[in-house]
Amino acid sequence: MRTLWIIPALPFVGFLINGIFGRKLSKALVSLIAVLSVVLSFAMVMKVFLEAGNLATSPVHEHYFTWIKSGGFSIGWDYAVDKLTMIMLMVVTGIGSLIHIYATGYMEHEEGYYRFFAYLNLFMFFMLNLVLAGNYLLLFVGWEGVGLCSYLLIGFYFVKDSATTAGNKAFIVNRVGDFGFSLAMFLIAITFGSLDFTKVMPAAAGKPTATLTTIALLLIVGACGKSAQFPLYVWLPDAMEGPTPVSALIHAATMVTAGVYMCTRSAPIFIHAPVAMDTIAMIGLFTAVFAATIGLTQYDIKKVFAYSTVSQLGYMFLGVGVGAFSAGVWHLMTHAFFKALLFLGAGSVIHACHGEQDMRHMGGLKKYAPWTCLVLACASLAIAGFPFTSGFFSKDAILGAAYAHAPWMYWVGVVTAGMTAFYVWRAFWMTFWGDYKGHGHPHESSWVMLGPLVVLAVLSIAGGFLFNVPEILSGMFPIKEAAENGGPGEAVLTGISVAFGLAGVGLSYLMYVVNKDIPEKITSALGGIYTLVYNKYFVDEAYDAAIVRPLIQGSESALWKIVDAGVIDGVVNGAGTQSQGLGSMLRLLQSGNIRSYATWVVIGAVVVIVAIGVGGVK
Amino acid sequence: MIDLLFFGIFAAVAVLCAINVVVQRHPISSALSLVGVMASLAVLYLLLGGEFIAMAQIIVYAGAVMVLFIFVIMLLNAGLEVRRGRSWMATLFGAPALLGLLGVLACLLVRWFPDSPIIKFGDFPGGTTKEIGMALFTDYLLPFEVTSVLILIAILGAVVLARKELD
Amino acid sequence: MPPIPNGVPMSFYLGLSAILFVIGVAGFIFRRNIITVFMCIELMLNAVNLSFVTFANHHKQVAGHIFTFFVMVVAAAEAAVGLAIILTVFKNRTTLNIDEVDSLKN
Repeated sequence: MRTLWIIPALPFVGFLINGIFGRKLSKALVSLIAVLSVVLSFAMVMKVFLEAGNLATSPVHEHYFTWIKSGGFSIGWDYAVDKLTMIMLMVVTGIGSLIHIYATGYMEHEEGYYRFFAYLNLFMFFMLNLVLAGNYLLLFVGWEGVGLCSYLLIGFYFVKDSATTAGNKAFIVNRVGDFGFSLAMFLIAITFGSLDFTKVMPAAAGKPTATLTTIALLLIVGACGKSAQFPLYVWLPDAMEGPTPVSALIHAATMVTAGVYMCTRSAPIFIHAPVAMDTIAMIGLFTAVFAATIGLTQYDIKKVFAYSTVSQLGYMFLGVGVGAFSAGVWHLMTHAFFKALLFLGAGSVIHACHGEQDMRHMGGLKKYAPWTCLVLACASLAIAGFPFTSGFFSKDAILGAAYAHAPWMYWVGVVTAGMTAFYVWRAFWMTFWGDYKGHGHPHESSWVMLGPLVVLAVLSIAGGFLFNVPEILSGMFPIKEAAENGGPGEAVLTGISVAFGLAGVGLSYLMYVVNKDIPEKITSALGGIYTLVYNKYFVDEAYDAAIVRPLIQGSESALWKIVDAGVIDGVVNGAGTQSQGLGSMLRLLQSGNIRSYATWVVIGAVVVIVAIGVGGVK
Repeated sequence: MIDLLFFGIFAAVAVLCAINVVVQRHPISSALSLVGVMASLAVLYLLLGGEFIAMAQIIVYAGAVMVLFIFVIMLLNAGLEVRRGRSWMATLFGAPALLGLLGVLACLLVRWFPDSPIIKFGDFPGGTTKEIGMALFTDYLLPFEVTSVLILIAILGAVVLARKELD
Repeated sequence: MPPIPNGVPMSFYLGLSAILFVIGVAGFIFRRNIITVFMCIELMLNAVNLSFVTFANHHKQVAGHIFTFFVMVVAAAEAAVGLAIILTVFKNRTTLNIDEVDSLKN
């Protein structure tokens, strides 16, 4: 029996019910429908997982109907599950369920409660579609769908100007990436004659390297857009305008990792395109460092985590780029655990501080919100790569592979790991230690919100033990030869990265708990550099000056005044005048006499038949 | 040989009757000629192996539809055609357009079927009532059902159009 | 002189169909009596039916017959509605001359 379709169908039904009738339903019913649809979907994933048997040798593949057929080219509505998909499915539905539960508490007092859950369910539908897709086009449907939901949810508070602007920004920046992805799909269709993963991947080895490199580079453009990599990362920090559960689900745990998933899915293409592999490793590494430095200076708690997300995504791309696909996916999964936790914890903190997001107006919360403090500590340990937490394993796997590929990449990665540990713990100290500097009286969140946090905390700590992704995925990707050529052993590499992580934690403790004057001094000592980093390297301003403004001005002067007013209006008005003249002539044909009409029909028939005869249609 | 003979006779009858339909000035003559066309077409259907269709042709067309026509002719007491009014379009271009139509059809015929296959009586067993019934109630069940709805609508439409105004 | 075929060439049937069709069109164009015009439409439908049955024989498929059947059904429905329209036209205008039914112009 074919059952895979049930997985995305459940959230879609939830979306339909909440989207159409939600206004009339009570909040309890809305949340029940929304949560239940996702939890059942998770249960369905588990059922598929338990019944599927060995996914490595016999992946589940279900064909529902032929969607597009044109000559020999056909695209079906196919869902396929192999091990990679299974991991993604579990992450998406599992974390999705937790975040849905959390959101029922977080959004309790918000306007448009049903709208929020309808969008969130729709997002789940598209994300599951993306993950389950058996071909690129279906993946693209999910890809665009999650983009749409991201736009809707970033602009959820649509009365806020900044929220709608951020939504637009996310949507428009993603268009650039999607353009690359579309081109890649066209090229795949031309080169392979199919978009099915099962047909494209085995055939990749026999195609010319130049073509594969072009495809891979275009796919990277797409991945950079969706997964917020340099230079298209600018939308993600702004996306924090959305409600915090959205930031956790879409902009940390699932949607932004779609690019990594897509690249991993296309691994056979990438492997035969070394240039593209290097490119993606460079992009990932650069983004990791770049975003980490910005993260050092931010004060908005969600912005810190947003840049951290960009940076961690960079890690994943580094893993993919150096050929350690399974390590990339591993980090994707552990990152989903601890980053979702960080965001949800941040949400809990913001909730506790009555909507305050600036860390300078927090502090001392460990007294008021001990559970939030505890779970955030778990997440921060994990992201810092504290030994035997989940982040430790996955980050280590990536860095080890990076060392095997090129030692300097390892060193940059390690320094970034240190910075990551520093800024996450800086946020932690600023939030929970010291004295409360905000307004009102902070309070702990309800257990509806804390429950998911605790589950995620357990996963963040133990996720590395529980799910050893490279072992699960072994055999799916060709394994890079480990660096046995005289370099330091694995233990040494691990030790170094852990040392950097701990140093980052310690330094942040020193600077933000023990001696709070140090940051001031450093800031003034760095001067211009600090201003540069604090303002996010002025990338937004540069984009504004280089792209947005010329576009607006060009549109105004050239497109509007000349093309629109001159050419288009001229053509339209001219067409009107011409048709008036022609019409007054053609009016004579409308004699109202049936027999003359019939004669015209016969003449027309003769013309058509002659055309067919000349055209040689058989 | 006998096939060709039958075809020749009934094709000639059909064409002559058809021409008679067009040239007769009284509608009742036209209608009777049309019955001739339909009857001879029914024989041709038989030659082509369409037993069911031949019978349906006689019963539905020559029987029911033509009776309806004659009924209306009598009801309206339609007499000889009056030649008032004219259409310069039909007068000027009608005949050339018709010749053109016949010409292009002939060209297509020659071009598409240069060595046309020979059709012999009895070489197509698919037109029996059984075969048609099988097809109609399996593969074409939905169109068949839809057709019944169409006829119902047509009956209602005819009743609404033709009834006397009540007010 | 070619030998007389043992059967009828398919193009004969198709040719007959074409001829009948053109005669029907001719009647449609040149006749003014609305009932005769309507009969010419039936003639055209019959001509097309002949093509269907011929092709059914040619391709050895019953689909052509089914299609003819549907054409007959639709023609019957059309005759019912069409004749009702003729009745209505006659009631309102007391004429059967289609050249006088030209209110489409204004």
